[in-house]
Amino acid sequence: MKYTEEHEWLRVEDDLVVVGITTHAAEQLGDVVFIELPDVGTMVSKDDEVVVIESVKAASDILAPIDGEIVEVNEALVDEPGKVNDDPEGDAWFFKLKIEDLSEMDDLMDEAAYKKFVG
Amino acid sequence: MDGTTELHQTPLYDLHLSLGAKMVPFAGYDMPVQYRMGVMKEHLHTRAACGLFDVSHMGQVILRPLSGDVADAALALERLVPVDVLGLKTGRQRYAMFTDEAGGMLDDLMVARWDDALFLVVNAACKDADIAHLRAALSDTCEILVQDRALIALQGPDAAAALARLVPGIETMRFMDARAFGDLWISRSGYTGEDGYEISLPAAGVHDFATRLLDMPEVAPIGLGARDSLRLEAGLCLYGHDIDTGTTPVAAGLTWAIQKTRRAGGARAGGFPGADVILAQLSDGAETARVGLRPEGRAPMREGVALFADGTGGEPIGRVTSGGFGPSVGGPVAMGYLPAPLSSPGTRVYGEVRGKRMAVDVAALPFVQQGYKR
Repeated sequence: MKYTEEHEWLRVEDDLVVVGITTHAAEQLGDVVFIELPDVGTMVSKDDEVVVIESVKAASDILAPIDGEIVEVNEALVDEPGKVNDDPEGDAWFFKLKIEDLSEMDDLMDEAAYKKFVG
Repeated sequence: MDGTTELHQTPLYDLHLSLGAKMVPFAGYDMPVQYRMGVMKEHLHTRAACGLFDVSHMGQVILRPLSGDVADAALALERLVPVDVLGLKTGRQRYAMFTDEAGGMLDDLMVARWDDALFLVVNAACKDADIAHLRAALSDTCEILVQDRALIALQGPDAAAALARLVPGIETMRFMDARAFGDLWISRSGYTGEDGYEISLPAAGVHDFATRLLDMPEVAPIGLGARDSLRLEAGLCLYGHDIDTGTTPVAAGLTWAIQKTRRAGGARAGGFPGADVILAQLSDGAETARVGLRPEGRAPMREGVALFADGTGGEPIGRVTSGGFGPSVGGPVAMGYLPAPLSSPGTRVYGEVRGKRMAVDVAALPFVQQGYKR
Protein backbone atom coordinates (compact mmCIF):
# COMPACT_ATOMS: atom_id res chain seq x y z
CA MET A 1 0.00 0.00 0.00
CA LYS A 2 1.24 3.51 -0.89
CA TYR A 3 -0.08 6.84 0.34
CA THR A 4 -0.27 10.46 -0.85
CA GLU A 5 -0.22 13.72 1.07
CA GLU A 6 -3.85 14.11 -0.08
CA HIS A 7 -4.69 11.10 2.14
CA GLU A 8 -5.28 8.64 -0.65
CA TRP A 9 -4.11 5.05 -0.63
CA LEU A 10 -2.95 3.19 -3.73
CA ARG A 11 -2.82 -0.57 -4.07
CA VAL A 12 -1.65 -2.53 -7.13
CA GLU A 13 -4.04 -5.27 -8.22
CA ASP A 14 -3.65 -7.10 -11.55
CA ASP A 15 -1.36 -4.35 -12.90
CA LEU A 16 -3.99 -1.72 -12.12
CA VAL A 17 -3.75 0.89 -9.38
CA VAL A 18 -6.75 0.88 -7.03
CA VAL A 19 -7.31 4.24 -5.31
CA GLY A 20 -9.26 5.13 -2.18
CA ILE A 21 -9.01 7.43 0.83
CA THR A 22 -7.44 6.56 4.15
CA THR A 23 -9.24 5.85 7.40
CA HIS A 24 -7.76 9.08 8.73
CA ALA A 25 -9.27 11.03 5.81
CA ALA A 26 -12.67 9.35 6.22
CA GLU A 27 -12.70 10.25 9.91
CA GLN A 28 -11.83 13.85 9.12
CA LEU A 29 -14.57 14.09 6.48
CA GLY A 30 -17.31 12.73 8.71
CA ASP A 31 -20.38 10.93 7.35
CA VAL A 32 -20.13 10.79 3.55
CA VAL A 33 -23.47 11.46 1.84
CA PHE A 34 -22.66 11.95 -1.84
CA ILE A 35 -20.07 10.73 -4.32
CA GLU A 36 -19.64 11.64 -7.97
CA LEU A 37 -17.31 9.32 -9.88
CA PRO A 38 -15.49 10.00 -13.16
CA ASP A 39 -16.42 8.30 -16.43
CA VAL A 40 -14.58 5.13 -17.31
CA GLY A 41 -12.09 5.87 -20.08
CA THR A 42 -11.17 9.34 -18.77
CA MET A 43 -7.48 10.17 -19.11
CA VAL A 44 -6.34 11.98 -15.98
CA SER A 45 -3.20 13.86 -14.98
CA LYS A 46 -1.80 14.01 -11.47
CA ASP A 47 -3.77 16.46 -9.30
CA ASP A 48 -6.83 16.55 -11.61
CA GLU A 49 -10.06 16.62 -9.61
CA VAL A 50 -11.56 13.24 -10.39
CA VAL A 51 -14.04 12.46 -7.61
CA VAL A 52 -16.42 14.76 -5.75
CA ILE A 53 -17.09 13.62 -2.23
CA GLU A 54 -19.52 15.37 0.10
CA SER A 55 -19.90 14.72 3.77
CA VAL A 56 -22.50 16.12 6.15
CA LYS A 57 -20.02 18.93 6.69
CA ALA A 58 -18.53 19.92 3.34
CA ALA A 59 -17.66 19.10 -0.24
CA SER A 60 -14.14 17.94 -1.13
CA ASP A 61 -12.35 16.71 -4.20
CA ILE A 62 -10.30 13.60 -4.61
CA LEU A 63 -7.33 14.29 -6.88
CA ALA A 64 -5.72 11.90 -9.33
CA PRO A 65 -2.60 10.71 -7.48
CA ILE A 66 -0.76 9.90 -10.69
CA ASP A 67 -1.23 10.14 -14.50
CA GLY A 68 -3.31 7.39 -16.06
CA GLU A 69 -6.61 6.17 -17.47
CA ILE A 70 -9.68 5.47 -15.36
CA VAL A 71 -10.59 1.90 -16.25
CA GLU A 72 -13.10 1.05 -13.54
CA VAL A 73 -15.13 2.95 -10.91
CA ASN A 74 -16.86 1.67 -7.78
CA GLU A 75 -20.49 2.32 -8.73
CA ALA A 76 -21.71 0.83 -5.43
CA LEU A 77 -20.52 4.01 -3.66
CA VAL A 78 -23.01 6.17 -5.55
CA ASP A 79 -25.95 4.43 -3.86
CA GLU A 80 -24.17 3.80 -0.57
CA PRO A 81 -21.74 6.66 0.04
CA GLY A 82 -21.62 5.70 3.74
CA LYS A 83 -19.39 2.74 2.79
CA VAL A 84 -16.53 5.24 2.72
CA ASN A 85 -16.91 5.59 6.49
CA ASP A 86 -17.49 1.89 7.10
CA ASP A 87 -14.58 0.44 5.13
CA PRO A 88 -12.45 3.21 3.60
CA GLU A 89 -9.38 1.06 2.97
CA GLY A 90 -11.27 -2.01 1.73
CA ASP A 91 -14.65 -2.12 -0.04
CA ALA A 92 -14.87 1.64 -0.54
CA TRP A 93 -12.21 2.07 -3.24
CA PHE A 94 -13.08 4.84 -5.71
CA PHE A 95 -11.49 3.97 -9.05
CA LYS A 96 -8.86 1.86 -10.79
CA LEU A 97 -6.15 3.49 -12.88
CA LYS A 98 -4.11 2.03 -15.69
CA ILE A 99 -0.71 3.67 -15.60
CA GLU A 100 2.27 3.41 -17.92
CA ASP A 101 4.89 2.45 -15.43
CA LEU A 102 4.14 1.08 -11.97
CA SER A 103 7.50 2.38 -10.78
CA GLU A 104 5.92 5.87 -10.79
CA MET A 105 4.46 4.83 -7.45
CA ASP A 106 7.89 4.50 -5.89
CA ASP A 107 7.96 8.19 -4.94
CA LEU A 108 4.82 7.87 -2.81
CA MET A 109 4.85 7.32 0.97
CA ASP A 110 4.84 3.86 2.46
CA GLU A 111 2.69 3.09 5.50
CA ALA A 112 5.32 4.12 8.02
CA ALA A 113 5.94 7.44 6.25
CA TYR A 114 2.18 8.13 6.02
CA LYS A 115 1.68 7.38 9.71
CA LYS A 116 4.41 9.87 10.49
CA PHE A 117 2.84 12.38 8.07
CA VAL A 118 -0.54 12.35 9.83
CA GLY A 119 1.15 12.37 13.20
CA MET B 1 -11.70 34.65 13.76
CA ASP B 2 -8.10 35.74 13.45
CA GLY B 3 -5.56 33.65 15.30
CA THR B 4 -4.78 36.33 17.85
CA THR B 5 -8.29 36.40 19.31
CA GLU B 6 -8.84 34.11 22.24
CA LEU B 7 -11.91 31.93 21.88
CA HIS B 8 -14.40 31.94 24.75
CA GLN B 9 -15.27 28.69 26.46
CA THR B 10 -18.66 27.71 27.82
CA PRO B 11 -18.95 26.24 31.35
CA LEU B 12 -19.22 22.79 29.68
CA TYR B 13 -15.92 23.07 27.81
CA ASP B 14 -14.15 20.39 29.89
CA LEU B 15 -17.14 18.06 29.57
CA HIS B 16 -17.06 18.42 25.77
CA LEU B 17 -13.39 17.44 25.71
CA SER B 18 -13.98 14.48 28.01
CA LEU B 19 -16.79 13.31 25.68
CA GLY B 20 -14.39 13.31 22.70
CA ALA B 21 -15.88 16.36 20.99
CA LYS B 22 -14.30 17.84 17.92
CA MET B 23 -14.12 21.54 18.79
CA VAL B 24 -14.45 24.39 16.28
CA PRO B 25 -14.61 28.18 16.54
CA PHE B 26 -18.21 29.42 16.37
CA ALA B 27 -19.35 32.98 17.09
CA GLY B 28 -16.23 33.59 19.16
CA TYR B 29 -16.58 30.38 21.21
CA ASP B 30 -14.75 27.09 21.06
CA MET B 31 -17.74 24.79 20.50
CA PRO B 32 -18.33 21.07 19.88
CA VAL B 33 -19.25 20.45 16.22
CA GLN B 34 -19.65 16.73 16.86
CA TYR B 35 -18.90 14.02 19.39
CA ARG B 36 -17.82 10.42 18.83
CA MET B 37 -21.16 9.35 17.27
CA GLY B 38 -20.72 11.77 14.37
CA VAL B 39 -23.20 14.21 12.87
CA MET B 40 -25.46 11.68 11.15
CA LYS B 41 -25.98 9.42 14.18
CA GLU B 42 -26.33 12.39 16.53
CA HIS B 43 -29.05 13.81 14.30
CA LEU B 44 -30.97 10.53 14.10
CA HIS B 45 -30.56 9.91 17.82
CA THR B 46 -32.15 13.27 18.60
CA ARG B 47 -35.18 12.46 16.42
CA ALA B 48 -35.49 8.94 17.85
CA ALA B 49 -34.64 9.50 21.53
CA CYS B 50 -33.04 12.54 23.12
CA GLY B 51 -30.09 14.85 22.50
CA LEU B 52 -28.34 17.27 24.85
CA PHE B 53 -26.99 20.51 23.35
CA ASP B 54 -24.75 23.12 24.96
CA VAL B 55 -26.04 26.50 23.81
CA SER B 56 -24.38 28.52 26.56
CA HIS B 57 -22.78 30.73 23.92
CA MET B 58 -26.16 32.36 23.31
CA GLY B 59 -27.02 35.65 24.98
CA GLN B 60 -29.42 35.70 27.94
CA VAL B 61 -30.83 39.05 28.99
CA ILE B 62 -33.41 40.09 31.57
CA LEU B 63 -35.41 43.27 30.96
CA ARG B 64 -36.54 44.43 34.40
CA PRO B 65 -39.01 47.34 34.30
CA LEU B 66 -37.96 50.33 36.43
CA SER B 67 -41.66 50.85 37.30
CA GLY B 68 -42.01 47.29 38.57
CA ASP B 69 -44.79 46.68 36.04
CA VAL B 70 -43.78 44.10 33.42
CA ALA B 71 -46.27 45.65 30.98
CA ASP B 72 -43.94 48.66 30.79
CA ALA B 73 -41.05 46.42 29.76
CA ALA B 74 -43.30 44.71 27.21
CA LEU B 75 -44.38 48.02 25.67
CA ALA B 76 -40.77 49.20 25.61
CA LEU B 77 -39.57 46.06 23.83
CA GLU B 78 -42.36 46.52 21.29
CA ARG B 79 -40.45 49.61 20.09
CA LEU B 80 -37.81 47.19 18.70
CA VAL B 81 -39.81 44.16 17.53
CA PRO B 82 -42.96 43.77 15.36
CA VAL B 83 -44.37 41.34 17.88
CA ASP B 84 -47.20 41.54 20.43
CA VAL B 85 -45.16 41.39 23.65
CA LEU B 86 -47.80 43.07 25.82
CA GLY B 87 -50.30 40.35 24.94
CA LEU B 88 -47.88 37.58 25.88
CA LYS B 89 -49.24 35.83 28.96
CA THR B 90 -47.15 35.33 32.06
CA GLY B 91 -45.31 32.01 31.78
CA ARG B 92 -45.32 32.02 28.00
CA GLN B 93 -42.61 32.57 25.40
CA ARG B 94 -42.76 33.94 21.88
CA TYR B 95 -40.45 34.19 18.84
CA ALA B 96 -39.45 37.71 17.80
CA MET B 97 -36.95 39.64 15.70
CA PHE B 98 -35.17 42.96 16.06
CA THR B 99 -35.88 44.95 12.88
CA ASP B 100 -33.95 47.83 11.36
CA GLU B 101 -35.20 50.98 9.60
CA ALA B 102 -35.21 49.21 6.22
CA GLY B 103 -37.36 46.39 7.57
CA GLY B 104 -34.44 43.96 7.66
CA MET B 105 -33.60 41.80 10.66
CA LEU B 106 -30.79 42.55 13.13
CA ASP B 107 -31.33 39.26 14.98
CA ASP B 108 -34.03 36.81 15.93
CA LEU B 109 -34.77 35.93 19.53
CA MET B 110 -37.06 34.34 22.09
CA VAL B 111 -38.97 36.48 24.59
CA ALA B 112 -40.43 34.92 27.75
CA ARG B 113 -42.74 36.82 30.07
CA TRP B 114 -42.34 36.34 33.79
CA ASP B 115 -44.31 37.95 36.65
CA ASP B 116 -41.91 40.84 36.99
CA ALA B 117 -39.61 40.86 33.94
CA LEU B 118 -38.99 39.71 30.39
CA PHE B 119 -36.31 37.11 29.62
CA LEU B 120 -34.65 37.24 26.19
CA VAL B 121 -32.42 34.68 24.48
CA VAL B 122 -30.48 36.03 21.49
CA ASN B 123 -27.93 34.64 19.05
CA ALA B 124 -24.31 34.39 20.14
CA ALA B 125 -22.91 36.20 17.12
CA CYS B 126 -25.29 39.14 17.61
CA LYS B 127 -25.41 39.38 21.39
CA ASP B 128 -23.02 42.30 21.88
CA ALA B 129 -24.85 44.36 19.24
CA ASP B 130 -28.25 43.32 20.62
CA ILE B 131 -27.31 44.36 24.15
CA ALA B 132 -26.06 47.73 22.92
CA HIS B 133 -29.28 48.12 20.92
CA LEU B 134 -31.41 47.30 23.99
CA ARG B 135 -29.41 49.68 26.21
CA ALA B 136 -29.68 52.52 23.70
CA ALA B 137 -33.42 52.12 23.19
CA LEU B 138 -34.81 50.87 26.50
CA SER B 139 -32.64 52.19 29.34
CA ASP B 140 -35.29 54.81 30.16
CA THR B 141 -37.76 52.03 30.99
CA CYS B 142 -35.80 48.90 31.90
CA GLU B 143 -32.73 47.62 33.58
CA ILE B 144 -30.91 45.49 31.00
CA LEU B 145 -29.35 42.64 32.93
CA VAL B 146 -27.01 40.39 30.95
CA GLN B 147 -26.95 36.93 32.49
CA ASP B 148 -23.77 34.94 32.93
CA ARG B 149 -25.59 31.61 33.06
CA ALA B 150 -25.32 28.36 31.19
CA LEU B 151 -27.97 27.32 28.65
CA ILE B 152 -28.59 23.77 27.52
CA ALA B 153 -31.25 22.22 25.31
CA LEU B 154 -32.69 18.74 25.71
CA GLN B 155 -34.48 17.73 22.52
CA GLY B 156 -36.33 14.72 21.18
CA PRO B 157 -39.29 12.47 21.95
CA ASP B 158 -37.69 11.20 25.18
CA ALA B 159 -36.72 14.66 26.46
CA ALA B 160 -39.75 15.09 28.73
CA ALA B 161 -39.30 11.71 30.44
CA ALA B 162 -35.56 12.30 30.89
CA LEU B 163 -35.85 15.82 32.28
CA ALA B 164 -38.79 14.93 34.54
CA ARG B 165 -36.47 12.59 36.49
CA LEU B 166 -34.46 15.64 37.56
CA VAL B 167 -37.18 18.30 37.50
CA PRO B 168 -40.61 16.84 38.32
CA GLY B 169 -43.39 18.98 36.90
CA ILE B 170 -41.83 19.87 33.55
CA GLU B 171 -43.96 17.25 31.80
CA THR B 172 -47.13 19.35 32.27
CA MET B 173 -45.65 22.33 30.39
CA ARG B 174 -46.94 23.00 26.86
CA PHE B 175 -44.93 24.08 23.83
CA MET B 176 -43.59 27.62 24.49
CA ASP B 177 -44.40 27.60 28.19
CA ALA B 178 -41.62 29.25 30.21
CA ARG B 179 -41.31 28.66 33.96
CA ALA B 180 -38.81 28.84 36.78
CA PHE B 181 -38.12 25.70 38.82
CA GLY B 182 -35.93 27.03 41.60
CA ASP B 183 -32.90 28.48 39.83
CA LEU B 184 -33.66 26.58 36.62
CA TRP B 185 -35.43 28.70 34.00
CA ILE B 186 -37.06 26.23 31.66
CA SER B 187 -39.02 26.64 28.44
CA ARG B 188 -40.60 23.88 26.38
CA SER B 189 -39.04 24.86 23.08
CA GLY B 190 -36.00 24.26 20.93
CA TYR B 191 -34.37 24.40 17.55
CA THR B 192 -34.80 20.88 16.19
CA GLY B 193 -38.49 20.53 15.34
CA GLU B 194 -38.80 17.99 18.15
CA ASP B 195 -40.45 18.24 21.53
CA GLY B 196 -37.94 19.41 24.10
CA TYR B 197 -36.74 21.96 26.60
CA GLU B 198 -34.28 24.79 26.89
CA ILE B 199 -32.83 25.14 30.38
CA SER B 200 -31.03 28.19 31.72
CA LEU B 201 -29.11 27.48 34.92
CA PRO B 202 -26.22 28.85 36.98
CA ALA B 203 -22.89 28.12 35.30
CA ALA B 204 -21.56 26.49 38.47
CA GLY B 205 -24.23 23.79 38.37
CA VAL B 206 -24.35 22.93 34.69
CA HIS B 207 -21.57 20.33 34.61
CA ASP B 208 -23.31 18.23 37.25
CA PHE B 209 -26.75 18.72 35.70
CA ALA B 210 -25.54 17.81 32.19
CA THR B 211 -23.66 14.77 33.50
CA ARG B 212 -26.77 13.47 35.25
CA LEU B 213 -28.72 13.80 31.99
CA LEU B 214 -25.94 12.14 29.98
CA ASP B 215 -25.89 9.22 32.43
CA MET B 216 -29.41 8.35 31.24
CA PRO B 217 -29.34 5.73 28.47
CA GLU B 218 -31.56 7.71 26.08
CA VAL B 219 -29.55 10.94 26.29
CA ALA B 220 -26.56 11.60 24.00
CA PRO B 221 -24.48 14.76 23.56
CA ILE B 222 -25.16 16.50 20.24
CA GLY B 223 -22.86 18.99 18.48
CA LEU B 224 -23.41 22.00 16.27
CA GLY B 225 -23.26 19.90 13.10
CA ALA B 226 -26.41 17.97 13.95
CA ARG B 227 -27.99 21.08 15.47
CA ASP B 228 -27.74 22.64 12.00
CA SER B 229 -29.15 19.67 10.07
CA LEU B 230 -31.96 19.25 12.63
CA ARG B 231 -33.06 22.88 12.41
CA LEU B 232 -32.74 22.86 8.61
CA GLU B 233 -35.06 19.83 8.31
CA ALA B 234 -37.42 21.61 10.73
CA GLY B 235 -37.47 24.65 8.40
CA LEU B 236 -36.09 26.95 11.10
CA CYS B 237 -34.04 29.99 10.10
CA LEU B 238 -30.39 30.43 11.01
CA TYR B 239 -29.55 34.09 11.58
CA GLY B 240 -26.78 35.37 9.31
CA HIS B 241 -27.71 32.79 6.68
CA ASP B 242 -31.47 32.48 6.05
CA ILE B 243 -32.29 35.84 7.61
CA ASP B 244 -30.25 39.02 8.05
CA THR B 245 -30.50 42.76 7.49
CA GLY B 246 -31.19 42.09 3.79
CA THR B 247 -34.33 40.06 4.46
CA THR B 248 -37.62 41.24 5.94
CA PRO B 249 -39.83 39.08 8.16
CA VAL B 250 -42.36 38.99 5.32
CA ALA B 251 -39.90 37.75 2.68
CA ALA B 252 -38.59 35.24 5.23
CA GLY B 253 -42.07 33.79 5.74
CA LEU B 254 -42.15 34.83 9.39
CA THR B 255 -45.42 36.78 9.21
CA TRP B 256 -46.92 34.32 11.74
CA ALA B 257 -44.66 36.01 14.30
CA ILE B 258 -46.29 39.43 13.67
CA GLN B 259 -49.56 39.38 15.55
CA LYS B 260 -52.63 41.32 14.39
CA THR B 261 -52.29 43.99 17.05
CA ARG B 262 -48.99 45.18 15.49
CA ARG B 263 -50.33 45.17 11.92
CA ALA B 264 -52.24 47.93 10.08
CA GLY B 265 -55.54 48.46 11.87
CA GLY B 266 -54.28 46.81 15.07
CA ALA B 267 -54.40 48.44 18.50
CA ARG B 268 -50.60 49.00 18.49
CA ALA B 269 -49.94 48.96 14.74
CA GLY B 270 -46.38 49.78 13.70
CA GLY B 271 -44.11 51.58 16.10
CA PHE B 272 -41.09 49.36 15.42
CA PRO B 273 -38.09 50.06 13.13
CA GLY B 274 -38.95 49.53 9.46
CA ALA B 275 -42.68 49.41 10.16
CA ASP B 276 -43.50 51.27 6.94
CA VAL B 277 -41.69 48.64 4.84
CA ILE B 278 -42.96 45.65 6.78
CA LEU B 279 -46.60 46.77 7.02
CA ALA B 280 -46.62 47.57 3.28
CA GLN B 281 -45.24 44.10 2.54
CA LEU B 282 -47.84 42.52 4.81
CA SER B 283 -50.58 44.02 2.64
CA ASP B 284 -48.90 43.86 -0.80
CA GLY B 285 -46.50 40.93 -0.40
CA ALA B 286 -42.73 40.88 -0.66
CA GLU B 287 -40.86 40.45 -3.95
CA THR B 288 -38.96 37.43 -2.74
CA ALA B 289 -39.88 34.50 -0.54
CA ARG B 290 -37.96 32.03 1.57
CA VAL B 291 -38.64 28.52 0.32
CA GLY B 292 -37.81 24.94 1.10
CA LEU B 293 -35.83 23.20 -1.64
CA ARG B 294 -35.47 19.50 -2.46
CA PRO B 295 -32.64 18.89 -4.93
CA GLU B 296 -33.25 16.03 -7.35
CA GLY B 297 -30.69 13.28 -6.92
CA ARG B 298 -28.25 13.00 -4.06
CA ALA B 299 -25.93 15.98 -4.44
CA PRO B 300 -26.32 18.51 -1.60
CA MET B 301 -26.88 22.15 -2.57
CA ARG B 302 -25.15 24.26 0.01
CA GLU B 303 -25.32 27.90 1.03
CA GLY B 304 -24.46 30.25 -1.81
CA VAL B 305 -25.59 28.02 -4.70
CA ALA B 306 -27.18 30.25 -7.35
CA LEU B 307 -30.70 29.35 -8.50
CA PHE B 308 -31.88 29.72 -12.10
CA ALA B 309 -35.28 29.49 -13.81
CA ASP B 310 -33.91 27.29 -16.58
CA GLY B 311 -31.50 24.43 -17.06
CA THR B 312 -29.27 26.58 -19.28
CA GLY B 313 -28.55 30.30 -19.64
CA GLY B 314 -30.21 33.23 -17.94
CA GLU B 315 -29.28 35.21 -14.85
CA PRO B 316 -29.64 33.90 -11.27
CA ILE B 317 -33.12 34.40 -9.82
CA GLY B 318 -32.30 33.40 -6.27
CA ARG B 319 -29.89 31.54 -4.06
CA VAL B 320 -29.57 28.85 -1.45
CA THR B 321 -29.11 30.23 2.08
CA SER B 322 -28.79 26.90 3.96
CA GLY B 323 -28.34 23.47 2.53
CA GLY B 324 -26.95 20.06 3.13
CA PHE B 325 -27.91 16.47 3.70
CA GLY B 326 -31.01 15.78 5.78
CA PRO B 327 -30.37 12.53 7.67
CA SER B 328 -34.06 12.03 8.56
CA VAL B 329 -35.22 12.97 5.06
CA GLY B 330 -32.54 10.67 3.64
CA GLY B 331 -31.48 13.11 0.96
CA PRO B 332 -30.38 16.67 0.30
CA VAL B 333 -32.50 19.53 1.65
CA ALA B 334 -32.05 23.28 1.45
CA MET B 335 -33.68 26.63 2.01
CA GLY B 336 -33.27 29.76 -0.06
CA TYR B 337 -34.92 32.75 -1.63
CA LEU B 338 -36.82 32.91 -4.93
CA PRO B 339 -39.02 35.52 -6.60
CA ALA B 340 -42.46 35.26 -4.94
CA PRO B 341 -44.20 34.07 -8.16
CA LEU B 342 -41.83 31.05 -8.24
CA SER B 343 -42.19 30.14 -4.57
CA SER B 344 -45.07 27.61 -4.65
CA PRO B 345 -44.25 24.03 -3.70
CA GLY B 346 -43.60 21.92 -6.78
CA THR B 347 -42.03 24.72 -8.81
CA ARG B 348 -38.89 23.46 -10.51
CA VAL B 349 -35.79 25.60 -10.61
CA TYR B 350 -32.10 24.80 -11.13
CA GLY B 351 -29.13 25.19 -8.83
CA GLU B 352 -25.63 25.53 -10.22
CA VAL B 353 -23.30 23.09 -8.49
CA ARG B 354 -19.72 22.75 -9.72
CA GLY B 355 -20.70 24.45 -12.99
CA LYS B 356 -23.62 22.12 -13.66
CA ARG B 357 -27.32 23.02 -13.45
CA MET B 358 -29.12 20.54 -11.23
CA ALA B 359 -32.90 20.34 -10.91
CA VAL B 360 -34.36 21.36 -7.53
CA ASP B 361 -38.02 21.62 -6.56
CA VAL B 362 -39.62 24.09 -4.18
CA ALA B 363 -40.92 22.08 -1.22
CA ALA B 364 -43.19 22.82 1.72
CA LEU B 365 -41.45 23.50 5.05
CA PRO B 366 -40.79 21.83 7.42
CA PHE B 367 -39.25 18.77 5.76
CA VAL B 368 -40.10 16.64 8.81
CA GLN B 369 -43.17 16.46 11.02
CA GLN B 370 -42.90 18.64 14.12
CA GLY B 371 -43.08 16.93 17.50
CA TYR B 372 -44.22 19.95 19.53
CA LYS B 373 -46.60 19.31 22.47
CA ARG B 374 -49.05 22.15 21.97
